[in-house]
Amino acid sequence: MDKLKIRNRLVKDKALLWAVCLLAAFTAVPLFAILGEVFLRGYDQLSWSFFTEPTPTAYKAMKAIEAGEPIPGGIANGIVGTMLMLGMAALVAIPLGILCGAFLAENPKNKFAQTVSYLTDLLQGTPSVIIGIVTYIWVVVPMKGYSAIAGSVALLIMMLPLIIRSTEETLKILPSSLKEAGLALGGNHASVMLKVQLPAAFGGIFTGVLLAISRVIGETAPLMFTALGCSFIRFAIDKPISAVPLLIWEFFNDPNLQELIWGASLFLLLFVLTLNITAKYLAKKWNQ
Amino acid sequence: MNDKLYRILLFAAALIMPIVCGGVVYALVTDAYEAFEYFGFFKFLTSSEWSYTEGAEQYGALPFITGTLMTTLLALIFCIPFSLPVALFVGEYFKGTKIASVLSTVTDLLAGIPSIIYGLWGFYTLRPLIMALNISPQGSGILTASLVLAIMIVPYAASLSAEFIKMVPNDLKESAYSLGATRAEVIGKVVFPVAGSGIFSSYILAIGRALGETMTVTMLIGNTNNVPDSITSTGNSMASIIANQFGEADDLRLSSLIAIGLILFLITAFINLIGKIMIKRARIA
Amino acid sequence: MESVKPILEFNKTCVSYTKQTMAVKYVSAAIERNTITAIMGPSGCGKSTLLRAVNLMHNLYPNIRVDGEILLNGENILSMEPIDVRRRVGMVFQRPAPFPTMSIYDNVLSGYALNGIRLSKSERDNTVERSLKSVALWDEVKDVLNKKGTFLSGGQQQRLCIARALAMKPDILLMDEPTSALDPIATAHIEELMQELQKEVTILIVTHNMGQAMRISSKSMFMYLGELIEYDDTEIMFTNPSDERTKAYLTGKIG
Repeated sequence: MDKLKIRNRLVKDKALLWAVCLLAAFTAVPLFAILGEVFLRGYDQLSWSFFTEPTPTAYKAMKAIEAGEPIPGGIANGIVGTMLMLGMAALVAIPLGILCGAFLAENPKNKFAQTVSYLTDLLQGTPSVIIGIVTYIWVVVPMKGYSAIAGSVALLIMMLPLIIRSTEETLKILPSSLKEAGLALGGNHASVMLKVQLPAAFGGIFTGVLLAISRVIGETAPLMFTALGCSFIRFAIDKPISAVPLLIWEFFNDPNLQELIWGASLFLLLFVLTLNITAKYLAKKWNQ
Repeated sequence: MNDKLYRILLFAAALIMPIVCGGVVYALVTDAYEAFEYFGFFKFLTSSEWSYTEGAEQYGALPFITGTLMTTLLALIFCIPFSLPVALFVGEYFKGTKIASVLSTVTDLLAGIPSIIYGLWGFYTLRPLIMALNISPQGSGILTASLVLAIMIVPYAASLSAEFIKMVPNDLKESAYSLGATRAEVIGKVVFPVAGSGIFSSYILAIGRALGETMTVTMLIGNTNNVPDSITSTGNSMASIIANQFGEADDLRLSSLIAIGLILFLITAFINLIGKIMIKRARIA
Repeated sequence: MESVKPILEFNKTCVSYTKQTMAVKYVSAAIERNTITAIMGPSGCGKSTLLRAVNLMHNLYPNIRVDGEILLNGENILSMEPIDVRRRVGMVFQRPAPFPTMSIYDNVLSGYALNGIRLSKSERDNTVERSLKSVALWDEVKDVLNKKGTFLSGGQQQRLCIARALAMKPDILLMDEPTSALDPIATAHIEELMQELQKEVTILIVTHNMGQAMRISSKSMFMYLGELIEYDDTEIMFTNPSDERTKAYLTGKIG
């Protein structure tokens, strides 16, 4: 009787182990399913012209489909728009985020800093679609039109909390002896931060910036209300502009352009995952 | 640069947060005001009409609040049977091993995939499957959106839960083993009770993620403006109605969409606040 | 003198963490029933490793190997089911670790709960009272049995952990430096308790404190670099050790 009971318990124990392993392994399935599908359906679209030409008009695409030819054109307008908006957003978000993160790390017990820290969490948790609405109200309405600036403001607001958090956390885990040694050598707080702490924290902050970029680069909804989209390559910052995720959305909704979805998605996916893996690799290397 | 200037500079940079957050609330409230004034706050929340016939405009948030709650709740239910095993795999059974770090990398990458690509995958792979299985005729709907949403929140729930499972002191686990418990019993009677509040809070934060997820839901939920009557019916979430109609709306409809945005903002802020407080408490304990 | 069958026997017991290094090397010894046996030695000598092997703790860590035999009442526990062995071998760890989510009452009964054994209400009450009385904790906690065990002082927590082990009516109680995290008063209390306990249960205790070994144990082992150097009556070991290394340890030259 006792033997039987022990055997029952051991069977249950083994069953849990197997269930955990199976279900955990199953979680990897969507990743490979998504990667596989996007890769298999998208890789033959990637060509030189895919990256150098703007999206075709629906009419051109229709003609090509009728003639049984591959759709001409590519996603160059989206790539240019994404890079332009990301660049502008990063130009402001990186210095501002680092300064704000430094403020939080330098004043951990200050009431104002705690409020700022809470607000950073609040902003980070805010759905991106709401950032889109707010940027529309802030920028698009007063400027009387959609623009690359509006898009980059939306990206900026989404990047800020991520950079602030990674800067703060990296500075906080630096040994306090580092700062003390700098101060003991006669440096003031500013020069110690600039010449000792920030260089020491460079790896962590850089990783944080990469992750922040990879997070916002695929954002679609906020750009729909701010950058709007544009079918040709343009560098004007006060005019509507395209972005890679916006193009995917357009292709998804336009039956004539649907063939282009997978190439654009593959590009976006590869870009995001490369950033992610690089960031992870750097973080690991930097931790050692 | 002297210290005083340095402090002022840092302080000035930090002011950006109150300014941005204040600005978000201010913009949402002023622009939502028209809708709340026209329909009445309570009426707006409870009305299930969404019609933009000129002259007889009627906007209510109920279908979208219901849609959001249904997709989020279902996503949570679908997510638990996968995120909990991942957390146990990484945080307990294979803690610190190579295979555990491989699995964490896989879930991290899942978290990195843009929402629009999840939407595409759901639309072109999962939706046909749902139709083929005769679960719903049109394939899209609450259920389809929730399934993909569940995959998207697994990484968040799993990595945070794993962190709390890892923190259960070895002393306690060894004590339980020394009394003759099997691993399953140690997990059920020591690990889960001790890590419970932390695990719970990680699901609260996962809910916070799911509430505002936009593109995936927009592409899969079917986009109908009625209160969904079953999990296979179509609908709209708060985020998806905004994504669908914001670009073409003006005046009262625009204000109504912004009002829905404000409600969504408040709900997510509240859920995230609760989650953060619970996590802080669980970390201290 | 009539020879009594030993309760526990080590027979060429070896424990290794890696293929190259052995933490415990060919230990052979027999532990007598209803005695307190102390295992001493400098840190890293393998004393805790040997003790933990008796409770098959090494089974939790896949890289640890145990060879030879460990006989409990004549049966080799290395070939038995761990959960069965551990129920018959109680263990008390260095740091008191009452289960923080359970009340004092439930902590005492946790062994039964963990093993899925159902007891009637009166059996439960009796077990709790008997176990807490045997660790002299009953009078202190009988009115707060439903409070969490973590509210108790360190010494009380450790006694609760001993009660938890005793509730399972083990054949032998292993103690791994049970007082090293406690203050001197709580330590004295536990030492006193052990003297009482040896009437019901055999105790094998690892200690780094020579004074403690001298005060409480009737038999002592001295281990050094994984080997059992000397095993004798405590009195003889402390007054007239036969090995130079034991002498060096006892006079503070090693360890």
